[in-house]
Amino acid sequence: MMVRVKFFAALRERVGQGEVAVDIPEGSTVRDLWESLQKDHPRLPGAAMKLLYAVNKNYVNGDHVLKDKDEVVFVPPVSGG
Amino acid sequence: MYRVTGEPLNIDEIVRLVGRPGAGAIATFIGTARDHNDGRKVISLEYEAYPEMAEQELRKLGDEARERWSLCGMAIHHRIGPVAIGEASVVIAVSAGHREDAFAACRFAIEEIKKRVPIWKKEIFEGGEVWIGTQSGQRLGGPGKA
Repeated sequence: MMVRVKFFAALRERVGQGEVAVDIPEGSTVRDLWESLQKDHPRLPGAAMKLLYAVNKNYVNGDHVLKDKDEVVFVPPVSGG
Repeated sequence: MYRVTGEPLNIDEIVRLVGRPGAGAIATFIGTARDHNDGRKVISLEYEAYPEMAEQELRKLGDEARERWSLCGMAIHHRIGPVAIGEASVVIAVSAGHREDAFAACRFAIEEIKKRVPIWKKEIFEGGEVWIGTQSGQRLGGPGKA
């Protein structure tokens, strides 16, 4: 199945693009997707950067199971205000 | 009421949005771009957002504030893109029957924005730039040690 991943701020700069489409197996979790992205994009940060996860614009946990056509965002530390 | 915009923020207009006949107070918070941080001289700031989710999260925290305090109106506008030193990056206006509720909800809103609304600030300083809150990639072209 295909999911859409959007990158913002520090992650967007590291990946060099704002959005990628990723083919992942059925039943994959958000965390599985992140591990697969790290293989394709070695400049993505490791565990030192604490990320939040958003699917279809709502925060979820890393064990959230993804569905076809989901929009996934790995949220680097926010700094609005 | 809850907006992320690339345009300069119009403070009067945002305050007018929350004016109500039953309000006895309007509390406002204005975040402005500061010319120094962490011992560095800051040249400018640049904000980026996940706009649809940021507006949704602003609305959610507004709803939470309305559950906790007795409010009349609430508006939050956050600017994205380049923000010059001294300009407003965020404006929060809260109206309530009484000032205690207005002050408390206004404080709550800015603290929650800083915790969970998907907006990021890049500081451009003399000699480099950094996404605030991000431990890695401290410098342009750095090793990205994350």
